Order: sequence, then C-alpha cells, then structure tokens
Amino acid sequence: MKVAVRYFASVREALGAGEDVEIGAGASIAALRDALVARGGRHAEALGRQRLLRGARNRVLCAESTTLAEGDEVGFFPPLTGG
Amino acid sequence: MSAGRVSIRSEDFDLGTEVAALRRGDAGVGAVAAFIGTVRERNDGAAVKSLELEHYPGMTEAAIEAMIDEAMRRFEIRAARVVHRIGVLAPSAQIVLVAVSAAHRGEAFQACEFLMDYLKTQAPFWKKEAGPGGSRWVDARVADDTALARWGIAAGNAAERAGDAPDKR
Repeated sequence: MKVAVRYFASVREALGAGEDVEIGAGASIAALRDALVARGGRHAEALGRQRLLRGARNRVLCAESTTLAEGDEVGFFPPLTGG
Repeated sequence: MSAGRVSIRSEDFDLGTEVAALRRGDAGVGAVAAFIGTVRERNDGAAVKSLELEHYPGMTEAAIEAMIDEAMRRFEIRAARVVHRIGVLAPSAQIVLVAVSAAHRGEAFQACEFLMDYLKTQAPFWKKEAGPGGSRWVDARVADDTALARWGIAAGNAAERAGDAPDKR
C-alpha cells in the first residue's frame, strides 16, 4: 500500500517536506519508521530511534503502534514547542 | 479578527478586537479571561534575535478545535478563541492568544489555563530560535508535560518516546 509521509521542523530540514512510501498492508507507524530508517544515510539519522519523535496519522497525534491504511497521511516530527 | 474559533496566521492580533468579537451578542457573559504569550529577548540564558514558528497546516487547526471542544465539555464556558502566529517574529512580538468567556471568573480562568497547557504539548507548532551564534530548534520542556498532567492528561511530548504516548482523542 502507499502512504503519504510528511516531515516537519528538524526532520523536514533533513529529508524535505515529504515523500510517498510503499509499505506492506497493515503496517504500523513504527514499521514505517523502521523501513525508512533501514534506507540508512539521512533517513537513519533523522528518523532513528536515537531521536525522540512524535507521529500523526491523518493529522491526529497517535501512538507508533497505530496501524496504517492505504492512502493515509503520516507525519513525523520532533516534540511540539508551540505557545 | 477573522471568524471562527481558531486562527493560525502570520499577521499580528489585537486583544481588544478579539475579546469584543468573543463577547459580541452574548449578554450571558460575566467574565473573560485572556492569555497572551510573547517572544522573550532571552531564552535559556542566550540572546534571541528572532523566533521562527512552523506548523502542520490542517492538523494544527483541527487539533486546537478539538481542544476547545474538550474545554467546553470540562468547564462551564460560553465561548473560546485561539489565535497563534507563524513565521518569523521579533522579541516582544505577540505569539499566541487564548481568550475564554464564561458566566463566572473561576471557569474562565481555569479553561484559559487548560487550553494553554493543552496547546503547548498537543498543537503541532515548532519554534526555531535565531541568536548571535546561529539558529537552533527549541527543545520541548518536561515542565509543559507536567502542566498538562495536572488536568489528568498524559502529554507524551518531552518526557516519553512517541511510541509510548497514549491516544488522547
């Protein structure tokens, strides 16, 4: 299945605004993150487990265990610092 | 001021105009509480030349709308409005406004603080500070997670890994 990945803040600076990614049906956000990290290079640096990141599915904050569906929008970004 | 409960924009806001709009046509209002956050000239001991705010378009508005819904459930308030600026802001500039109207002051004060605590860790904004030594992304503070915990909500922003953060909605 295909999902639309979007990056923000320091992750966006490293990887750009986003990309479409092919991943196995029923994958979780964590599995998607691991697949991106497995590419190595800048992806491993920006999304690796050494970094504290938050995720969103279809523009709602959610746990990384959340399961994805075809066409979902997934956001990866550092902890939030608004206000 | 623009219509609606949430405004994300680069332009500045005027407290008087926003509060007048919040109160307009509702004679049941007996109290208005408002909070404004501004850009400090120093942060963590370092001089701040400017602050740049990034957000997640679409998600930011939806997240704050959901926060206002939750505030309306928790407190006896009549209306609420949140304005948050994005883009490059200079020291002393206004960043955020949370304004709440209610029949009585207690609920207005509480809902205003609740909304601000919620926004700090659950609305997708990121601050980047520019100083004499260059630019850096501002770190999330554990104290902001602690502030939200007082309302019985686990923030999962600064203190926990994203995978451990419970669903809020």
